[in-house]
Amino acid sequence: MNDQKNLLSIKNLTIHYKTGGNIVHAVDNLDLDLGHGETLGFVGETGAGKTTTALGIMGLIPNPPGKIINGQVFFKGEDLLKKKHKEMRSIRGKEIAMIFQDPMTSLDPVMNVGDQIAEMIRIHEQITKDKALEKAEVMLETVGIRKDRSKDYPHQFSGGMKQRVGIAIALACNPKLIIADEPTTALDVTIQAQVLELMKSLKEKYDTSMILITHDLGIVAEICDKVAIMYAGNVVEYSDKNSLYLNPLHPYTNGLFQSIPDIEKDVDKLNTIKGLAPDPTNLPKGCTFHPRCPKALPVCSEKKPDNVMVEPNHYVKCFLYN
Amino acid sequence: MEENLLEVKNLKKYFKTKKGLLYAVDDLNFTIKKGETLGLVGESGCGKSTAGRAILRLHEPTSGHVIYEGKDITKYNSSELKNIRKKMQIVFQDPYSSLNPRLSVSEIIAEPLYVNKIYKSKIENENRIREVMDIVGLEERLINSYPHELDGGRRQRIGIARAISLQPEFIVMDEPVSALDVCIQAQILNLMNELQEKFGLTYLFISHNLSVVKHVSDRIAVMYLGRIVELAESDKIFKKPLHPYTQALLSAIPIPKVNISREKIILEGDVPSPINPPPGCRFYGRCRFRQNECKKEIPELREIDENHFVACRLL
Repeated sequence: MNDQKNLLSIKNLTIHYKTGGNIVHAVDNLDLDLGHGETLGFVGETGAGKTTTALGIMGLIPNPPGKIINGQVFFKGEDLLKKKHKEMRSIRGKEIAMIFQDPMTSLDPVMNVGDQIAEMIRIHEQITKDKALEKAEVMLETVGIRKDRSKDYPHQFSGGMKQRVGIAIALACNPKLIIADEPTTALDVTIQAQVLELMKSLKEKYDTSMILITHDLGIVAEICDKVAIMYAGNVVEYSDKNSLYLNPLHPYTNGLFQSIPDIEKDVDKLNTIKGLAPDPTNLPKGCTFHPRCPKALPVCSEKKPDNVMVEPNHYVKCFLYN
Repeated sequence: MEENLLEVKNLKKYFKTKKGLLYAVDDLNFTIKKGETLGLVGESGCGKSTAGRAILRLHEPTSGHVIYEGKDITKYNSSELKNIRKKMQIVFQDPYSSLNPRLSVSEIIAEPLYVNKIYKSKIENENRIREVMDIVGLEERLINSYPHELDGGRRQRIGIARAISLQPEFIVMDEPVSALDVCIQAQILNLMNELQEKFGLTYLFISHNLSVVKHVSDRIAVMYLGRIVELAESDKIFKKPLHPYTQALLSAIPIPKVNISREKIILEGDVPSPINPPPGCRFYGRCRFRQNECKKEIPELREIDENHFVACRLL
């Protein structure tokens, strides 16, 4: 029912990695929805499972050691996890494309950028090489690079320009969904502002949905419509952006906001979340956040909290709101 | 007037490259008072880390003076330098690569003590290691652990422990929290603050993260392509940035709030190469207000407002 309304709908996704004798619970029973044309900010710290979720959607979990244990990923109403390898290959790049974190390593250093964009186009469209190269040049201009640079190699570009090439490749086949994995983390702040501005305008132009993986709540505030806060492999809070920023509910979300130095206020001491993120091979019982939670109740260490709708479109997994 | 602990005068550091001279640090002038934190901000390649290292003579300055407690340390010979470095320490950016993976936590913290032959007996050494670990919040049980067994936050605590083990007065913090997640970052920033109060430390805090710099600094110097373009108290810089580059830099910070309206200045292009930069203002190519005059000579840092220095001829 939900599946028609939403472009992407993830249900009970569980992904494990096996390392030695241990099982890493990278993603644990994750639910997530994304509507047409929406941008979802996917926020969490290192190791929260953000990238693993993205790879799960793309069908790119390295197996072994990784394995999707359970769940469904509905994209345009169809379960991607039931697709055959060949079918997934025609979806990746064409329907769902990815922008990677590090433009220094995600491009092929021995292939000029025009060819790299054209490669993507020729995999998915039946056109001649010349036509594909022409299209690649148009894409370069769309992302603000002169087309006469299409014969240049990645090392001849700056970091920001390389990330523009990455965006051009992702957009080349006009995908319905873009997963951008920390696209500006490796860039300087003024270059980051350029790239975010570009992504915002292109997203509108092509009417693409986007999942933006980031650890920066500032970037989410700027370009997302919805936010999912991820902790230890699970979404602990999911909401419209305004509702989350004006009224963060989960103690972890509150902790995150308070850890960021505020430009407009002076404080002597930052509030911190005590302790460290849990070991994913040995997650705490009950709510995974309870050992660090300042408001933990006795029940938190026994049962897993349900997803509660506190306001319309604002969900939280926490016993404080049950 | 409080006394200046450190004075940097006309500090220059050029590197020879195949393509020509690289002007990494080009004529820096500033002072740091005792107990103060001076923030040094700028984007990658602007020369902020080189400046921090040149001050400690980890890079030999090309020219200029670093005056520490009234004495010019650029003239020091190696034994004098070794002595003064007990007072001047550094914490590095990457707690993964700046710790020797083959040394245990206690060995890493003890190294400065051995090198400077601070204690005669093993027991005194051991006691100092435990004391320093306690000060930076490292659990005693980790004393024989190796860096790879620890998370980024604890590793950075080791880096800080190593820096304070000799009871320095001045520490260059070179992007100490850039590699850390926000929650851990907040813990380390709080620790640095506590240490500063407890031991009266003076910091040069180098970072590209403006909200972090604002949080820790009394004054801030903004660098662009090897030069300081603006220097003022941190409130002043954030409330009333005067240099066009500072304005753009501040407006580019993503702020984690909704329903705020502010003007965003998107700079064109990239930072140009510091190799043989063109004459005139280094920011010329990306400036919104550039005029032909700006190409002629490099603007000096001038006091525009009380204790507010800007290098721009349009003001």
